[in-house]
Amino acid sequence: MRARVLIRPKAGILDPQGQAVERALPALGFSGVSGVHIGRLVELDVEDPSQLPAMCERLLANPLIEDYEIIESL
Amino acid sequence: MKFGVIRFPGTCDDVDALLAAQRVGEAEILWHRDRDLKGVDAVVIPGGFSYGDYLRTGAIARFAPVMESVIEFAHAGGLVLGICNGFQILCEAGLLPGALLINDNLRFVFRQVLLDVADHDTPFTRNCPPTLSIPVKHTTGRYYAPEPVQVVLRYAPGQNPNGSQDDIAGVVNNAGNVFGLMPHPEHAVDALTGSDDGLTIFESIRAAVSERVPVA
Repeated sequence: MRARVLIRPKAGILDPQGQAVERALPALGFSGVSGVHIGRLVELDVEDPSQLPAMCERLLANPLIEDYEIIESL
Repeated sequence: MKFGVIRFPGTCDDVDALLAAQRVGEAEILWHRDRDLKGVDAVVIPGGFSYGDYLRTGAIARFAPVMESVIEFAHAGGLVLGICNGFQILCEAGLLPGALLINDNLRFVFRQVLLDVADHDTPFTRNCPPTLSIPVKHTTGRYYAPEPVQVVLRYAPGQNPNGSQDDIAGVVNNAGNVFGLMPHPEHAVDALTGSDDGLTIFESIRAAVSERVPVA
């Protein structure tokens, strides 16, 4: 099965990458943008999708600083 | 006493760490695929970019064969020093609390910093003066921990290069035998290159080991 894992910085933790992009957009003429956050996307083929949460907890994300969301069956 | 300095693919400060350790004792390199710690009294995980730091800094190195032995060694009370990437690996391995995030200014910082020793009652800082002048060089050094931690080193006022929580530069685990720090004591071991304050951390370890019952 093809699955997708979205990994985001946890709310409340400073996200300087998101801030930098948020500041760059107005410079290109895009206004009214806020709350920009940068995360990671992992796509993978997996035989047993029930293992996905453990994969996220142990390697794909660091649960201390990141939230993850698993999207199965693309 | 003997130090073991771990070398992963992508490690780059292993030779400096080895030479620093050899100023106070014996030292040898431990290869990442080996599980044998060769009877060392203390383990140093040096700086660099282990396994390319893919995914997150230290995330892959944490699963190297040698780390299984290091985790066992640490749980048995052995002294473990993690410098920069080594600190990141120890956090990923769960041997130290917290995590290292990208610097608040998104830039690679490389400069000499002043550090206040917040805790002299550790095997790593017992011989340290109150303030240390040691270089930092990193992009991912912003320490964060959601729970209170045992702080050993803080950046002196106005010196924080990365936006770390409470100016934290180095922490120990609850048992006090695992120490991680972002600054590089192994690059500050000779006055010729600016400072030899880093040597006091290696000297502290030697002093602590000489008084200890050996770890089985």
